Amino acid sequence: MSLALSLSRAWAYRGFILSSVRRELRSRYSGSLLGISWAVIQPFSLIVLYSVVFSNIMRPLLADHDAPIAYTVYLCAGLLSWNLHSELLSRCVGIFVHNGNLLKKVSFPKLTLPAIAILVALFNFAIIMLIFQGLLLVIGYFPGWVALAALPVIAILVTFSVGLGLLGATINVFYRDVEHLLAMVLQFWFWFTPIVYTLRILPDWVADLLVFNPMVPIVVAMQDIFLDARQPHWPSLLYPLGLAVLFLGLGLLAYRRLGDDIVDEL
Amino acid sequence: MGHIRATHLGKAYKRYPHRWGRAAEWLGLGCHHTPHWVLHDINLDIAPGEAVGIIGLNGAGKSTLLKLITGTSRPTCGQVEVGGRVSALLELGIGFHPEFTGRQNVWNAARLAGLEPAQIQACMPDIQAFADIGDYLDQPVRTYSSGMQVRLAFAVATATRPDVLVVDEALAVGDVFFQQKCFERIQAFREQGTTLLFVSHAMSTVYTLCDRALLLEGGHVTCDDEPRRVIDLYNARLASQGAQGELQVATGGEGDAPVGSYGNDQARITGVEILHNEQPVHALPADSEVTVRITAAFQAPVADPHVGLQVRDRRGEILYMTHTHGQGLRIGPVSAGAVVQVDYRFRASLIPGDYTLTVGIADQAMPGGHVRRSLVRRQDAAGFTLTRNLDAPHWDGLCNLAPTCRIQRINEGSPASG
Repeated sequence: MSLALSLSRAWAYRGFILSSVRRELRSRYSGSLLGISWAVIQPFSLIVLYSVVFSNIMRPLLADHDAPIAYTVYLCAGLLSWNLHSELLSRCVGIFVHNGNLLKKVSFPKLTLPAIAILVALFNFAIIMLIFQGLLLVIGYFPGWVALAALPVIAILVTFSVGLGLLGATINVFYRDVEHLLAMVLQFWFWFTPIVYTLRILPDWVADLLVFNPMVPIVVAMQDIFLDARQPHWPSLLYPLGLAVLFLGLGLLAYRRLGDDIVDEL
Repeated sequence: MGHIRATHLGKAYKRYPHRWGRAAEWLGLGCHHTPHWVLHDINLDIAPGEAVGIIGLNGAGKSTLLKLITGTSRPTCGQVEVGGRVSALLELGIGFHPEFTGRQNVWNAARLAGLEPAQIQACMPDIQAFADIGDYLDQPVRTYSSGMQVRLAFAVATATRPDVLVVDEALAVGDVFFQQKCFERIQAFREQGTTLLFVSHAMSTVYTLCDRALLLEGGHVTCDDEPRRVIDLYNARLASQGAQGELQVATGGEGDAPVGSYGNDQARITGVEILHNEQPVHALPADSEVTVRITAAFQAPVADPHVGLQVRDRRGEILYMTHTHGQGLRIGPVSAGAVVQVDYRFRASLIPGDYTLTVGIADQAMPGGHVRRSLVRRQDAAGFTLTRNLDAPHWDGLCNLAPTCRIQRINEGSPASG
């Protein structure tokens, strides 16, 4: 089945995608007492925690920023982007296995499932980003028009995470190890990305290793935008962009080649 | 709309000798799997509005065939073409999510079936009424019994009339009232032109619903005919499984014994006679005495032979069956050359019509009225016609319960007020 055909079949199911997104958002937030605030409480409690623990150590390392809130802004810019990456990746990787019951019994385009996961993750991200912008306005850190530069950065991030996630999702059907591995990899990956700390505190040899991590330029770009109110260093984003395209291609290729075997294996 | 056409359809699952075989194949390191064929060269042509039952033992490939037809699984070779909208209940469900409520699942399934929100809204009262699960509709599906899940699944799958309805075993879970309701709905759809594909182990359902049946054996369609002949063959295969040596099962070819007969060289049925007033007859009045005389001849010693009888109606449904062991009798050991005659004398308490008799010989009684090994079976060895008996009380239905009827006038009322 050609890719264009499977995408157009998925488009025909947009009604199903939208109602699933709506249901998932509703069930995620209406089942609990605090509802939608959980989407905010979780990341912000982490931010408060890291701020309290690391603020005094890290602040001197943020050049030209003396305000005590600077480290928190730095943290938000990195952590919120990382959370989007980690949510997209972990949701995508399990998507076929967790919906096995449905895939085995109903014939529908399988690509609708990752589409639902992506839309839900993006919706959550949009809410939290809006709150973040509000916070920046209040504390006088709002970067102005340059905030729009975050959109292409996020687009690269989403492409990268979804491509890797789709590749993982297909392999995960045949080797469930992927899912277990992912939880561990995400832990290490988080600490090998300058989110809580700054690149400057790293010894040179570790910093040299980090150039291979495609999340570094993305996170740094977000920090540039929101802490320093300046355009990201665009050429540095070519590496994650290249990887994003590569993984999306590989993910779609794996899906195309193995898509028919998925239901047989579930 | 509603046709199903399969040409040279085949399905093989990939089997890998070790876990890493698949990964090696992905990396282009040669072919590591062996195909495990579950369906071979299936050719089908089902016309719109036909109702086709698929029968066969577990593992014969029934569910796989349905999956290929509904499109959840892809064929390894050949093609399948289905016209129009397909609604399917595969493996007892339509993919409900256990954590979502029944109502959310209904929406989910209906959207997947291509219904618009307004249509779903309009169908909801009907789905609710048909599933009849009350407040459970707003509870998570994980709290449902399997019967409730099937009720809801069937209600959703048939909320709007599909061009093809595929039902895999689903109805076996529901209670008898729900089954009735489902049958009525299926019948109504059929009258409007829906094609039905139906997998069941309940043969009576296949008789009732289908006008054609397929027998799947080891991934091949071995019989494609009217339900009666296919079911006879299937039953014969089942019964002959416990038999000694190879049994030749007749498949209804030219000059062959009726479909479903089989035998070996240990015993033979040499005669089946129907007697009424000590005279051989072909027709007799309903509700009168009849004797079925079966003659069995043995070519080899048999330790514990038993002779059995089935009465079947015109559609092939078994109305009554028993054997000498079931009647608490014992023939005793027989040696080669022995001939045994067994008489079954009963009142033909059946409605007027045509009936056939299937007779068989088995060896070794088992507790609970069963026999261990079937030796010979003669499908439809004899037949008789029951005519209307004007002397007997009039009745209708399946069996004569021969009631005693009493009338009591409790209150006479007053003629003036009427």
